[in-house]
Amino acid sequence: MLSVKHNEPVEFTEETLSKFAEIVARYPEGKQKSALLPVLHEVQATYGWLSAPAMDSVAAYLNIEPIEVYEVATFYTMFFLQPQGKYALEVCRTGPCCLVGAERIMKHIEKRLGVKEGEVTPDGLFSWRGVECLAACGYGPVLQIGPEYTFYENLTEESVDKLIEELTEKAKS
Amino acid sequence: MARKLLLTHIDVPGINTFEVYRQKGGYRAVEKALKTLTPDEVVEEVKKSGLRGRGGAGFPTGMKWSFLAKPEGVPRYLVCNADESEPGTFKDRYLMTHIPHALIEGMIIASYALGANTSYIYVRGEMMPQVRILERAIAEAKNAGFLGKNILGRGYDLELYVQPGGGAYICGEETALLESLEGKRGNPRIKPPFPAVSGLYNCPTVVNNVESIAATVPIINEGAEEYAKIGIERSTGTKLISASGNLNKPGVYEIELGLPVEEFIYSDEYCGGIANGKRLKAVVAGGSSVPILPANLILKTLKGESRLMTYESLADGGFQSGTMMGSGGFIAFDEDQCVVRNTWNFTRFYHHESCGQCSPCREGTGWMEKVLHRIEFGHGSFSDIDLLVDVSKKIEGNTICPLGDAAAWPVASAIRHFRDEFEWHITSGQEAQRRNYGLAHYADPLEPVAS
Ligand SMILES: Cc1cc2nc3c(=O)[nH]c(=O)nc-3n(C[C@H](O)[C@H](O)[C@H](O)COP(=O)(O)O)c2cc1C
Ligand code: SF4
Ligand code: FES
Repeated sequence: MLSVKHNEPVEFTEETLSKFAEIVARYPEGKQKSALLPVLHEVQATYGWLSAPAMDSVAAYLNIEPIEVYEVATFYTMFFLQPQGKYALEVCRTGPCCLVGAERIMKHIEKRLGVKEGEVTPDGLFSWRGVECLAACGYGPVLQIGPEYTFYENLTEESVDKLIEELTEKAKS
Repeated sequence: MARKLLLTHIDVPGINTFEVYRQKGGYRAVEKALKTLTPDEVVEEVKKSGLRGRGGAGFPTGMKWSFLAKPEGVPRYLVCNADESEPGTFKDRYLMTHIPHALIEGMIIASYALGANTSYIYVRGEMMPQVRILERAIAEAKNAGFLGKNILGRGYDLELYVQPGGGAYICGEETALLESLEGKRGNPRIKPPFPAVSGLYNCPTVVNNVESIAATVPIINEGAEEYAKIGIERSTGTKLISASGNLNKPGVYEIELGLPVEEFIYSDEYCGGIANGKRLKAVVAGGSSVPILPANLILKTLKGESRLMTYESLADGGFQSGTMMGSGGFIAFDEDQCVVRNTWNFTRFYHHESCGQCSPCREGTGWMEKVLHRIEFGHGSFSDIDLLVDVSKKIEGNTICPLGDAAAWPVASAIRHFRDEFEWHITSGQEAQRRNYGLAHYADPLEPVAS
C-alpha cells in the first residue's frame, strides 16, 4: 500500500487508469459519473484512504466537479477520509450480532490493540471501528478487513487474538 | 424434506462454476424463455406464478414488470438490488456466494422479459468478494454465449455489469439505489414519477431483489402453475429465510411458504431450537424494520391459530398483534436478551443510516436514539415512554421514503408488547443494567428444551 500525505498531488498509474477506463465503459455515453463509486474503491484500495488531491484527480478524470466527488465520499461510510491502520478492522455492531456477543468482541479489540475506536495503533498496523450490519448475521460476531473485504465470522476472543497475531506476522514479512 | 427450488444443488461441489451449474440443468430456463416464449409471455408466466418481491415490500413481481413504460427508442433497464443491508438479512449474499449463476440466469430471463439490453447488479460495497464472484460468473456465461450479442442466435443482446455501493443502508431503497448508481449520494427520490416510468438515467427501470430475480429460473423451468402450487393463498413458492440470533443452527434456509413458525424454530431440519437450552423470548421475523413480537404471539396468532411463514399469517392481527414477512430476516431472542437495549441498538442504526433529507426522519430517529439510550442506562422517566410513542407516530407516514416508517415500527412495537420491561428500566435503573428483565408473560409457551 502506498502512503500519501494530505496535500500530496496524486497521479494515477497506467494500470489504474486502464482499470478506470474499463469501469467507465460500463455506462452509456455521457454517464461516466456512474463510475464514481467503483473508481473511488479502486483509489482507496491503492492508497488506503481518499485524500483531497486524490479526489480532485478523480474529478478531473471523470470530468465532474470536485464537490461532486467530495459529497459522495463523505456520504458513504466505506470511504476513509483519514489514513487508517494497514489493517482496518471493521466489526459489526448491529442488533443480531449483539445478541451473540459483538459488544464483548469490540471491547476485547479495544483492549488488545490499546487504541480507541477510529484511532490507529502507534506502529501504524491497526485501526478498528464498529460498522452496521454486514449481511452475515447468522455467523456473528463478524468483522471485515478491506480492501478485499475478507470476512471473519463466529468471532471469539481467542480467534480475534489469533487474527491480530497473524496479521502482525504478515506485516513483518 | 421440503421442496427446494433455489438451493436444490447447494451442496454440489463446484456449483459456483458455470460448468457444474450447467451440468445440473443450469441455463435451461434461458433456453426455454428465449426459444419458446415471447418477452410478454415470460411476464405473464411470472404474473401467474404469484411471485411476490423478496426484497421486503412483497409487491407482485409480474405486476411490477407489466407497469414498465415502453416508449419508442428509449432504453429500458433492469437493476438488481443486491444492497442487502437490512439487519438480520443475509440470504442474498449466501445465494450470490454459492450459486452466482442462479442470479445471472435470472437476470438474463428478466432482462429479456423487460426488453433491457444493459442491466446492472448493484451489490453493497462490503460484498467485494461477491462482486468478484459475480464478475467471474458473468465472464463464464458470456463465454458460453448466454450474454453479449445475439444470445442463442435469437437476436437478443444483453450486457450485464456489477456495481459496488459504498456502505449505506439507504441505497437499498430503490430510488436511492438509482441515485447511487448514477454516482451520487443515496438520497431517495420523491415518487412519482416511479422508476417504471423514470428510473436510471430517467429511463424506464425495474428494480428487483436478488431472490426475486433468481426465482424466475424455477418459474420458467417448472412452469408458473407448478410454482404456484407451492405455498398458501397469495404466498406462493419458496422463500429464503436468514435465521440469526440465539438459535442452535442459524443460517440461510429455503422454506416452502406456509411452514409453521414453530416448526421453523424448533425442528432439526431448520433452526433446531433455541441455543444453550434457553427459552424463546421474542422474534423479529422479517428484518429489523418489522414489528417485534413476543414468543407467544409469533408462535400463535391472537385467535390461537398456529402462525405460519406466509405474508398473510405473519401479518395476521395487523400492527396490534402481528408483524410482517419483510425480507425474511428472522432474528430470535432468548430469555437473556434485553428488548430495551436491542430497540436502542436498532434506533441507533436508523439514525446513523438516515440520509437526512426529511426532518421527521433525521431528527426523529436521533431523538428516539437519545431517549432510548437514557432509558437503557437507567436515567429514563415514565414520560419518556410516551414521548417515544409520540415521536414514532410523527415520523411514520411523514417522510419521503419508508426508512422513516422502518425506524418507527420497531420502537412502537417494542413498547406495545414489552412496556413492562421499559417501565422496569425506569423504576429499577441500576438493576436493569446488571440483569435482564426476564420472560414475564410473553415467554415461549413450550416446555424448555433440555440442554
Ligand atoms: C430503507 C430501505 C432499504 C431497503 N433495502 C433493500 C435491500 O437491501 N434489498 C432489497 O432488495 N430491497 C430493499 N428495499 C426495498 C426496495 O426499495 C425495493 O422495494 C425492492 O428492491 C424491490 O424488489 P422486489 O420487488 O424484488 O422485492 C429497501 C427499502 C427501504 C425503504
Ligand atoms: S425518510 Fe429518512 S432516509 Fe428516507 S428520504 Fe427521508 S431522511 Fe432520507
Ligand atoms: S447484525 Fe452483524 S452482520 Fe448483520
